[in-house]
Amino acid sequence: MQVNNVIFVYQGEVTADLVSSVLQMMENKLDGDGEDKKVKKKVFNVMVECLQNVYHHLDALESSNVSGKINDKRALLMIGKEDTDYYVITGNYILNDRVNAVKEKLERVNKCDKEELKKLYQEILSNEEMSDKGTAGLGMIDIARKSGQKLGFDFHYVDENYSFFSLEAKVSRVQP
Amino acid sequence: MLKPLKIEPTHKTPRVYLEPETNTFELGGRSIPEDSVGFYKPILEWIDAYSESPNPKTEFKFELEYFNTSSSKNILELLKKLEAIFNKGNEVHITWYYDEDDEDMEETGEDYKALLQVPLELVMKAHY
Repeated sequence: MQVNNVIFVYQGEVTADLVSSVLQMMENKLDGDGEDKKVKKKVFNVMVECLQNVYHHLDALESSNVSGKINDKRALLMIGKEDTDYYVITGNYILNDRVNAVKEKLERVNKCDKEELKKLYQEILSNEEMSDKGTAGLGMIDIARKSGQKLGFDFHYVDENYSFFSLEAKVSRVQP
Repeated sequence: MLKPLKIEPTHKTPRVYLEPETNTFELGGRSIPEDSVGFYKPILEWIDAYSESPNPKTEFKFELEYFNTSSSKNILELLKKLEAIFNKGNEVHITWYYDEDDEDMEETGEDYKALLQVPLELVMKAHY
């Protein structure tokens, strides 16, 4: 992934307050840039899901009791704007034993067309139990639906405990 | 009589006006809290209490601008509780408003409609 025009980048711990600040700042930025309302809404939605996804994930890591050498609370958030698309990129540490499950989920989502994503969303919404944080496994599907494009992802092996997981969602600046 | 529930909006949570006396049932704005379970708990509990002796007719308005996926499950719970009131023989009508250029919000309304039997009407808000 290569983005030439980075409008926001953050590396560090991700707290609820940080997520709020980033969303507010980006919303102001999109407003200030006079971006099309439709595009703005989609970018905002995708940002909310991507950022909260990282936040909830790091929250869950906290209770995993793996004492590694790295600071697994650090994450990377990046938002870019090119001529045709906005990019929302996140990166975070993930336990190695979670890699396959996440990869399979993303591959499944990327295989779906618009209608299949809608079906999958409804199926999970109505069938799956909510975790106590309210996360319902819908995040990736929602990001894919709103993005309208395939999700980019990568898992990079770090050590015997962790891999680094990056996710890239695009939102076209030309909405029908 | 059940006390009304009034929650004012914030930049992360919606306005919630539930007042049986004036037949006002409204949820609107943005719903993107990290802890959606905590936010929706008192609302769902209020609906439980309301369903003990609901108005003969309940008209519930959803006028959401944004919501995150963790809210979506809670909103479904809320809709299911309204459906239960409907299934007990009461009149319940749900209106799901969406902006004319917000196809995502329209689709989410369709998603809910597909999962429920309670009357749910999708209404487009035009720009003037």
